[in-house]
Amino acid sequence: MAVDNDTVEKIALLAKLKVNPEKLNDTKLEFNKILNWVEELSEVNTDNVLPLASVNDETLTLRQDVVSDGHIRDNILKNAPAQEFGYFVVPKVVE
Amino acid sequence: MSDLTSLTVAGALSKLKTREISPVDLVQAYAKKLEENKKYNAFVTLVVDDALAKAKDAEQKYLNNTNRRLEGIPLGVKDLFCTKGIRTTACSHILDNFVPPYESTVTQNLLDDGALFLGKLNMDEFAMGGSNETSYFGPVVNPWSKDVPLVAGGSSGGSAAAVAAELCAAATASDTGGSIREPSAFCGVTGIKPTYGRCSRYGIIAFASSLDQAGPICKDVTDCALLLNSMAGYDPKDSTSSKRDIPDFSSFIGQDIKGLKVGVPLEYRPDGLNPEIASYWDSAAQILKDCGAEIVNISLPHTKYALPAYYVIAPAEVSSNLARYDGVRYGLRIEGNNLDNLYISTRSEGFGTEVKRRILIGTYVLSAGYYDAYYLKAQKVRRLIKNDFDNAFQKCDVILTPTSPVEPFAIGDTKMLENPINMYLNDIFTVSVNLAGLPAMSLPIGLSHNGLPLGMQLIGRAFDEATIFKTAYHLERGANFVRM
Repeated sequence: MAVDNDTVEKIALLAKLKVNPEKLNDTKLEFNKILNWVEELSEVNTDNVLPLASVNDETLTLRQDVVSDGHIRDNILKNAPAQEFGYFVVPKVVE
Repeated sequence: MSDLTSLTVAGALSKLKTREISPVDLVQAYAKKLEENKKYNAFVTLVVDDALAKAKDAEQKYLNNTNRRLEGIPLGVKDLFCTKGIRTTACSHILDNFVPPYESTVTQNLLDDGALFLGKLNMDEFAMGGSNETSYFGPVVNPWSKDVPLVAGGSSGGSAAAVAAELCAAATASDTGGSIREPSAFCGVTGIKPTYGRCSRYGIIAFASSLDQAGPICKDVTDCALLLNSMAGYDPKDSTSSKRDIPDFSSFIGQDIKGLKVGVPLEYRPDGLNPEIASYWDSAAQILKDCGAEIVNISLPHTKYALPAYYVIAPAEVSSNLARYDGVRYGLRIEGNNLDNLYISTRSEGFGTEVKRRILIGTYVLSAGYYDAYYLKAQKVRRLIKNDFDNAFQKCDVILTPTSPVEPFAIGDTKMLENPINMYLNDIFTVSVNLAGLPAMSLPIGLSHNGLPLGMQLIGRAFDEATIFKTAYHLERGANFVRM
């Protein structure tokens, strides 16, 4: 399954990344090298094998469903590149 | 004075307890060493003054006998662990101004036991890399380098180099595909990746959450046990941390291994394996045999597929975990005329090449139409790899393999950099362990003919670090490796 330049651009857009036009071809070639390599997995017979998402076999702990924001709003905002009135600031998203 | 930096953690603790030395002496000795050895680029942030102030408190604790188990021991912390009030960057431009308002559980555990932090250690960007060359702050130089600067390994290159060069008594590190063990091997030091779930991942900047695990890099096996005793433990803030009892890992040091079955997997000896590494592997087996262990041949038939499976699963988790870096809540922000452009500009500027490569691959394998072919397939292969280990551990108690198929190579090595897969292949002996969630240690076995350290790996059953510590102690004694 080789990908073309359009696919790389589409994937980059999904990932919110920009691939410079002059690097697009190299990125595609590299992308295909890696995909060809992981393609080896298709040699393995995995009929009736359940996917393994995590090795953790312990039951998850339940806790009370109570609101706790940690009361550290100001601490959190300290790292925000832009903040105002106790909120994160982003470019306008509504007209 | 600088002799103090050659002490192991255990050695320093015993001298501190008898008040032969004070924590202040110890920190001052390291401060001097740090000043003299900036050339290794092992640390990216130093907080020596803070350590010195805390060493005075530690001194007091020894005087009134309220010292805790790591009181006054100066450590380095991989820059992946959030440290409250100390800049934490994951060695990425996107986080290079981030000062966490909280402490990771593992570093908090160490602080609670009296450890001091000298600073934050260099690493591959977001722990993605095997040579420390993807760091935004430049590569770490392996202290064993002769004429040409060599890589320290990655991603915990700073941790391994700092311990080897005696710039800190021990260090925290993390391992997703070999990031504790490979640099340990390259720098001639000892590191253990415990079982997935032993240490809390809370406050460790996430790379691939189903694989990431914290562990120590130390001067020897005994110190690894001491550090892990403090680092491990259940944490309600990480639902994947284990509630199983934590044994005293130090108690296994020195126990005999008579009758222990040591597995040697035939798939780890491909044609063309570096003959020197193969020969050290044989001599390591002989050392354990001489201590009364029995060597058994085992098979891990899906070994060949571990790396391809890893390079689907890890990037998939990366693409998801690194979606949080958006230029809004913390880290770098490059303005854009709308929200999408802000995201795109910030991420394109903030992430390095290897990180972007993995985000792209991960986004692709999770995207509609390819999820089953790649991601689901890789997860199925992951189960087969875990089953391989389950079967092997029916026949043996611990597995012995080399840590890396190569010795440390030059910084900027063209063969490694021309094709990312060449770099990925260095993790061939370490990556299966993460997929199966098992504990594994790397310890130095000897020097190559180039005078560079080589490492051996011991892999244990899940939650059986005990057998690794028992076996490693004997291997360490038999190898009699001389640290730098």
